[in-house]
Amino acid sequence: MQTGNLLLLLIVMVALAYYLGHQRSLALARPLGGIRHLHSLPFYYAMRAALWCALPALLILGGWLAFDDTIIRQTVMQGLPEALRPDSDGARGLLLSQIQNVASGALSPESVDPAIAAAAERLNNLRTTSAMALTVVVIAVGLVGAAWGWVKIAPQLRARQQVESILRVIFMLCATVAILTTVGILMSVLFESIRFFQKVSPAEFLFGLQWSPQTALRADQVASSGAFGAIPLFVGTLLISTIALLVAVPIGLMSAIYLAEYAPPKVRSVAKPMLEILAGVPTVVYGFFAALTVAPFIRGVGESIGLDVASESALAAGLVMGVMIIPFVSSLSDDVITAVPQVMRDGSLGLGATRSETIRKVVFPAALPGIMGGILLAASRAIGETMIVVMAAGLAANLTANPLDAVTTVTVQIVTLLTGDQEFDSAKTLAAFALGLMLFLTTLCLNILALHIVKKYREQYE
Amino acid sequence: MDTAEKLDKNASGRNHAEEPMIDLEEQPMQETRYPEHTVGTPFVDDPKMRLRDVDVFYGDNQAIHKVSLDIGKNEVVALIGPSGCGKSTFLRSLNRMNDTIDICRVTGELFLEDQDLYDPKMDVVELRARVGMVFQKPNPFPKSIYDNVAYGPRLHGLANKKYELDEIVETSLRKAGLWDEVKDRLHAPGTGLSGGQQQRLCIARTIAVSPEVVLMDEPCSALDPIATAKIEELIDELTESYTIAIVTHSMQQAARVSNRTAYFHLGRLIEVNDTETVFTKPEHELTEAYITGRFG
Repeated sequence: MQTGNLLLLLIVMVALAYYLGHQRSLALARPLGGIRHLHSLPFYYAMRAALWCALPALLILGGWLAFDDTIIRQTVMQGLPEALRPDSDGARGLLLSQIQNVASGALSPESVDPAIAAAAERLNNLRTTSAMALTVVVIAVGLVGAAWGWVKIAPQLRARQQVESILRVIFMLCATVAILTTVGILMSVLFESIRFFQKVSPAEFLFGLQWSPQTALRADQVASSGAFGAIPLFVGTLLISTIALLVAVPIGLMSAIYLAEYAPPKVRSVAKPMLEILAGVPTVVYGFFAALTVAPFIRGVGESIGLDVASESALAAGLVMGVMIIPFVSSLSDDVITAVPQVMRDGSLGLGATRSETIRKVVFPAALPGIMGGILLAASRAIGETMIVVMAAGLAANLTANPLDAVTTVTVQIVTLLTGDQEFDSAKTLAAFALGLMLFLTTLCLNILALHIVKKYREQYE
Repeated sequence: MDTAEKLDKNASGRNHAEEPMIDLEEQPMQETRYPEHTVGTPFVDDPKMRLRDVDVFYGDNQAIHKVSLDIGKNEVVALIGPSGCGKSTFLRSLNRMNDTIDICRVTGELFLEDQDLYDPKMDVVELRARVGMVFQKPNPFPKSIYDNVAYGPRLHGLANKKYELDEIVETSLRKAGLWDEVKDRLHAPGTGLSGGQQQRLCIARTIAVSPEVVLMDEPCSALDPIATAKIEELIDELTESYTIAIVTHSMQQAARVSNRTAYFHLGRLIEVNDTETVFTKPEHELTEAYITGRFG
């Protein structure tokens, strides 16, 4: 049976186990005078039976699927005649894919060595057997589990505690998956970066002023020196993020103050979700908006007042990115401003402060930690933003602080390094991992800083 | 099921059955026995605040019905009454703190000496500097003790030089009886003080702008008896320079600190008299019922 069907069948079995467990606990409770004489509610007995049915079967299913292919391949390879045994990893991979192609019918058995044809047949046989065995074993385990769960139901059984502790483990596993994924990504980026730093020294990468990642394929190629100084990229990123924050922080903050302090409830209930929609616009839309609408507009304005503006300018990308991160600032700030206790405002108003004085001198300082957190979150979003800058900021790695020039960012370079055909061991490709690592570290530091600030000052009032 | 759990269920079951009975006892009494006019002596000669026929509405809901009352110079008027009788609402309309609530509307004549509080030309900022307020829950700003007290004087530009401000802060803290406790840590956060100290800090903050009237909305309800005693002592001293209106749920407190007592019932002012008279020979039966603890 196919794995999908097997899973469906298992779900039906679990539902059945739940139902039967429920029925049995009710049946046991009736002569005792109602479910209040059971140790746990019927739900817990039913849940326990369902878990007994599902968990062991799922564990076996998962383990089987994880390992059966490796084992089958190993067996097939060992069954090959001595002469055909591969001597290197590469040859082994080739041979395996040949066998698999024959087995799946992509290659006709007549066109290859009879030994390989035989191996392909064996592969097919083993797979069929494995699938059948899996079906039988999983169903059997599920049935036994369910039966065990059902038989053990008794008025004294502490099903509630058991279910609670199993659920706790399940929740913990889910949390672990997220954490392990993060660690895994970090590790992979880290190891690839180390490979990169074996080719290019960290000092050159971190402090070099030239970025031109094209390495020469032939010795006589021109314009392919392969310089990996990341400073122009960091400066570009910084420039665009700064412009973005200069747009987003004042606008976001003031709209948050308006929403929290001045807006009537009706306006607020409409305006806040509307603002948050800004965060939901796909960044690619912002990207072409920046490249096709804002950049030419800025160029036109610049020309009319006699300024030389590049058609892909840091200003255009920064402005649009700023609009994109407004909701991060405004929504979080609005939440913390609303959370400042009303008694604080009353205290200030009662002393004869006006509304804006109260906001400036009491509400704002009290909400500052949360606001800072929102701003830092927006900043790390701006630094990691890709689509807008790919389209609107350009590719030229200029080392400049002029917002009217074209600059490039870390994210843009990662995109250009990794689009198209790759060789996975060249410095050019590996540079993407080093850049990714730097980006990851920067945003991580910003997030930690934001969390720290929020935590440290959170309980200032109250 | 465990026995403990069963007991728990039984107990909560009983509670539910009991709740409505409390309301039933109160209802009939309220409907029938309102006086036509406030009994006692609501008016005094040369009052600090003169309030006539004050109505307060929350939307379509009338919270205060035709309350007329004088608050005399340098006297302490206590406003007492069961919860929800409108005494806090009434107090908050005396320095227009109700303005912060959109649906709240105040009508009637409210005068501070000869100035109409609700005159469109009245400057709320100036009014609140003259009529200060201390709230139920101590609400120091998340700033230093010094900055808390200096907040008002800075707003109103009461001090030009640093030493003048220092002087105002010290005098206010001394008047509030807090100086000796905090003089060594003026720049520590005000939120780090104990509840009673915080409330005295709030009083210091209020009197730092030299108001003429101080409104106190249950200033001791969040404090322990010792802190309460200190605040009451302080109120006594403050009457030398200020006029005070205090809302309180503690009848002992009203008896201890006030010169006159006003009894509110469901938005109506039932009786006003000298505190002694109210507590020894109440004229109206509702007042008597309340102070003898028959309801409230």
